[in-house]
Amino acid sequence: MRALLLLLLTPLLMAQGSPRLVPDVSQRSIDIIYSFTGAQLLVFGAILYPGGRVPDSPADVVVVLKGPTESITVREKQKVAGIWVNADSARFRSAPTFYAVASSRPLDQIVDERTAAIYELGINSLQLSPTTAGTPGEAVRFENGLVDLRRRGGLYVEDARPVEISDDVLYRARIDVPARVVVGRYTAETFLIQDGRVVAAAVREIVIRKSGFERFVAAAANQHALLYGLVAVGVSLLLGWMAGALFRRG
Amino acid sequence: MDLYLPIANLSVNALVIVALGFGVGLLSGMFGVGGGFLTTPLLIVYGIPPTVAAASATTQVTGASVSGALAHLRRGGVDMKMGAVLVAGGLLGSLAGAWLFRVLQRIGQIDTVIGVLYVLLLGYVGTLMARDGIRSLVASRRGEQPAPSRRKHHRLVAALPMRWRFYGSGLYISPVAPLLVGFFVGVLTILLGVGGGFVMIPAMLYILGMATRVVVGTSLFQILFVTAAATLVHALTTQAVDIVLAVLLLVGSVTGAQIGAKLALRLKPDMLRLMLAFLVLVVAIRIGLGLGWRPDEIYTVQPS
Repeated sequence: MRALLLLLLTPLLMAQGSPRLVPDVSQRSIDIIYSFTGAQLLVFGAILYPGGRVPDSPADVVVVLKGPTESITVREKQKVAGIWVNADSARFRSAPTFYAVASSRPLDQIVDERTAAIYELGINSLQLSPTTAGTPGEAVRFENGLVDLRRRGGLYVEDARPVEISDDVLYRARIDVPARVVVGRYTAETFLIQDGRVVAAAVREIVIRKSGFERFVAAAANQHALLYGLVAVGVSLLLGWMAGALFRRG
Repeated sequence: MDLYLPIANLSVNALVIVALGFGVGLLSGMFGVGGGFLTTPLLIVYGIPPTVAAASATTQVTGASVSGALAHLRRGGVDMKMGAVLVAGGLLGSLAGAWLFRVLQRIGQIDTVIGVLYVLLLGYVGTLMARDGIRSLVASRRGEQPAPSRRKHHRLVAALPMRWRFYGSGLYISPVAPLLVGFFVGVLTILLGVGGGFVMIPAMLYILGMATRVVVGTSLFQILFVTAAATLVHALTTQAVDIVLAVLLLVGSVTGAQIGAKLALRLKPDMLRLMLAFLVLVVAIRIGLGLGWRPDEIYTVQPS
C-alpha cells in the first residue's frame, strides 16, 4: 500500500526539483548472539535541496523503524468470580512487532492527523486493522491496551530522542532496539516533511537475525524437533548422572 | 552475566537462573521431590513466557531425578512392574495433556487453568502432609510409638476388574488404578512443568496403598521417563524447550540436589515432611493470592 503510494508520488517528487533524501543506516543487519542485550541503530543521511539552496523554513525529518507485522489476538483480563481470567479478546491483522519513531520536532507540530495516519507516523496513527466485529469503542480499548503494553515493553517507542539536523542538510537519529525484538526484516523509513506535507521519503531495509549458536539452536528446535528434544533429554540425563557420580565419589 | 535465550527470545542473567536452579535443587535433594512446582512459577515471575518455563522446567526435572532414581534402583527400591504401568499411563497422559494444552492455549485460558490447578493440588497435598507431620510429631513428643499406618488401598481400587500381582509393592490390584494415576500425573507434567512427585507419592500411599519402601524410588522412576517423554512432546508440539535455559537450571539444580541430599541426613524425617508441607502451602497461597490480585498486565498478546 505504502509502496504503491510512494510509486505514485515519485514523479511528483522528481519534478519541480523537489528535495531528495539520501539515507543510510549504521548496520544493514543486526546479529543476535549469546550476549545480545539490545542494540542501537543509527539512521542518518543527507537532505538534498534543489540547487543546494536551503529554503527559509527548513523541512522536518521523521524516522520510523518498523519490525515485521503479525496477526495477533489481544486478550483482556477481567475479574470473574474472584479471580482474574482472560474474558474478552480482539484480533488485529497487522500489528507491527516493533515500531519506533523519532522526529526533529514533536510530531503533532509537523503533520496533521490525516497525514500521520496515511504514513503511520506516531504510535497512535498505526493501522492495526482490527478484524473482530464489535463496537468501535471496543476496538479502541484493545488498541490502547496493546499499545500501552508494547510501549512499556520498549517495543513501541515515540520521541525517545529527537532527530538531529545539522546545517539543515545532515540528519541523524539514534534508535534503541531492545533485546526482546522479533527476528525478521525491518524497515527504516525517513520522511522529509515541509508545511505538513511529505515531500520526500526513502526506505532502507535492516535484517535482524539470530546468529551463530543461537541461530543454530532456534533452527534445530524448529526443523529437527525430535532430534532437538532427544538432545535436550540426553543433556539433562548426562548432567544429572554426572553430578550424582561426582558427589558419590567425593 | 547476561545471556540470550534462543527460544525464549530474551536476555536473562545467567547467574540468577543458576542460583534459582541451585535453590530448587537443594530443596528437591532434601525432600526428594523434583522441584518443578517451584521452578515453573519462579521462572514465570522472572519474566520467562509460561510455555517456555513449563517446557524447560520439565527438562530440568529429568536431570534432577536421574541420580535419585539410579540410587533407588541399586538399592532395589523400585517396583519395576508397577513403574512400567505408571510410565505407560504417564505417556498416554502426556499426549492427552499436550492436546489439552493446545485447546486451552487457543481459547486463552491456559494461564488460569495452570494457576487454579497449582492452588488446588498444592493446597490439598500440603494440608495432607502438614496434618500427618503434625500428628506424628505430637505423637513422638508424647513418647508414643507412632501408630502403624494401616496400609490399604482405596475401596474403589478394589472394585476394578483384572488383578495383577505387584510383588515389590506388595499388592494384588487391578493395573487400571496405577494406569489412571500415571495418566493423571502425565497430564500435570505437560500442563504444569512438574514431575508430579508431590501428587504421585500421596496417590501411591493413600489410593494404591503401596509399600512405603518402594514408593519414592518407583515415583522417581516414573518421573524420569515421563518428564523425558514430556520434553519430547513439548519439543514436537509447542517447540518451547529452551535448551540453554534448561542447562542453566540443570547446572544449578543437580549440584543443589546432591548437597540437599546430604543435608537431609541430618534432619528428622518428620521435621523434613513438615517443612516441605509448609513450603508447598506457601507456594499454593502465593499463587492463589496472585489469581485474585489485579494482575500487572490486563492485556496479553498472542500470535494468531
